Amino acid sequence: MPFHYFGKVSFVPYTKVAEFADYLKNGKLMGTRCKNCREISFPPRADCLSCLSDEFEWFECSGKGRLHTYTIIFAAPTGFDDIAPYSLGVLDLDDGGRLLGWINIPEEEITIGMRLQAVPKIFEEVPEIKLYYSLEKANTT
Amino acid sequence: MKVGVVGIGHGKFGRRSDATVQELACEPFRDALMDAGGISRNDIDFLSVGSSPEYHKQRSLPGVIAEYLGMNPQSTWLTEAACASGSAAIRTAYMAIKSGMHEIVAVIGVQKMTELTTPEILALMGRVGDVQWESIFGTTFPGYYAMYATRHMYEFGTTKEQMAMVAVKNHHYGALNPQAMFQKEVTIERCLSSEKVAYPLNVFDCCANADGAACIIMANEKKAKKLNDTPIWIDGVGSASAQMSVLRRPHFIGIPSTVEASKQAYKQAGIKPEDVQVAEVHDCFTIAELMAYEDLGFCKKGEGGKFIENKQSYIGGKTPVNVDGGLKAKGHPVGATGVSMTAEIVKQLRGQAGKRQVNAEIGLTHNVGGIGQYCFVHIYRR
Repeated sequence: MPFHYFGKVSFVPYTKVAEFADYLKNGKLMGTRCKNCREISFPPRADCLSCLSDEFEWFECSGKGRLHTYTIIFAAPTGFDDIAPYSLGVLDLDDGGRLLGWINIPEEEITIGMRLQAVPKIFEEVPEIKLYYSLEKANTT
Repeated sequence: MKVGVVGIGHGKFGRRSDATVQELACEPFRDALMDAGGISRNDIDFLSVGSSPEYHKQRSLPGVIAEYLGMNPQSTWLTEAACASGSAAIRTAYMAIKSGMHEIVAVIGVQKMTELTTPEILALMGRVGDVQWESIFGTTFPGYYAMYATRHMYEFGTTKEQMAMVAVKNHHYGALNPQAMFQKEVTIERCLSSEKVAYPLNVFDCCANADGAACIIMANEKKAKKLNDTPIWIDGVGSASAQMSVLRRPHFIGIPSTVEASKQAYKQAGIKPEDVQVAEVHDCFTIAELMAYEDLGFCKKGEGGKFIENKQSYIGGKTPVNVDGGLKAKGHPVGATGVSMTAEIVKQLRGQAGKRQVNAEIGLTHNVGGIGQYCFVHIYRR
């Protein structure tokens, strides 16, 4: 599956880590691990940040972590005005790395440090396949 | 061999529907030539242009500017580092002079941002971050700084009121600057009740897109002394980068490239942060100015809020900051900003700043590109 299925609006149709979108469609959130030095990366990378090796493998990421920071976007860019306002959070993942995504809980319940889980999702409102993940209360799907 | 600034020019910032980008560039260029003792264009052997190309319909800006200014066949090219393009172009000029390759260089920072339609601006706004993993969730420029603000508030108890105080100060000084886009005082209450943009930032926490241009003429020591009785010397030039993706940054409480670039500049100039007597910092958002106080070493990490609350960045305080109104009140024509900052510091060090004059011999400019992907810190001395 091409990478442009990932995201409400896609800017990047081609990448060496396009398989990420296939996994996401099957409900799996995947990160990359360098085969040479074992460095873990989320978001995925085809080339290791630590040693620049291009040999990588996929590992399944639990998506669980702690909310590091967040914002609520009121002034939205093109393609997102229909869903504004929306909450965006940065999650420190338990498995290593960080993830940015929509927070799917009421604004007033959002607190820094809270446990959240990134959960793979498919947009249901649009005819074509569009994948994303959202930050939900931990241990729910 | 030192490098000095011998001429400055500064156009009017704001919505400039009266002029093309090359016409904007010509205004400060003409003034800078006069300011440099009326030197001839033929004396200038390199034109260093700073601008962010995605805002213009005209492609390859230095070409059209060089022609319009009558600067052919001298060498010219563009230096780009997003919102820090102006300072990057100054660094290009500094390297050109320092290497001995050029003797007198004109630096023009210019940007025409209001040519774009609102939908075009909104589409551009959606591509400021990492487009592969972040922009697909509708991140925005204010949104990124907002996430820094949220974390800064969480770790240090920084308040929205303290952020609003930055806007109040910068509008206070902007009211004294005829080149500023907004020449009007604002109140904390007005800031806090302004429209929400990205929690915790409101409209009054954000600088405005603007059109405008600024120009400086730089020269090697020998030429500078001939051209000007009071050349302002560039004593330190620091430059650093930080991760494009905020997800790969070490933290959300400061801009690492500011820390690194300022360390380089202080070391080269042989000074400490407390020696800076007047500073122009990159206040694209109010939280950015608070973090700049800390990252530049004007106060300790986490104490930026107190620094503004105690008026330490006002004239008469420990380190007067953005006494020309900053990006906040002056407007932020991306490529022009770094050159505009330098023009202001030169005015201050020459004692030509009028009602907003600070008694200073050492000044600093701090120009950030993006959310800190690029940072340039320059130290100037009378």
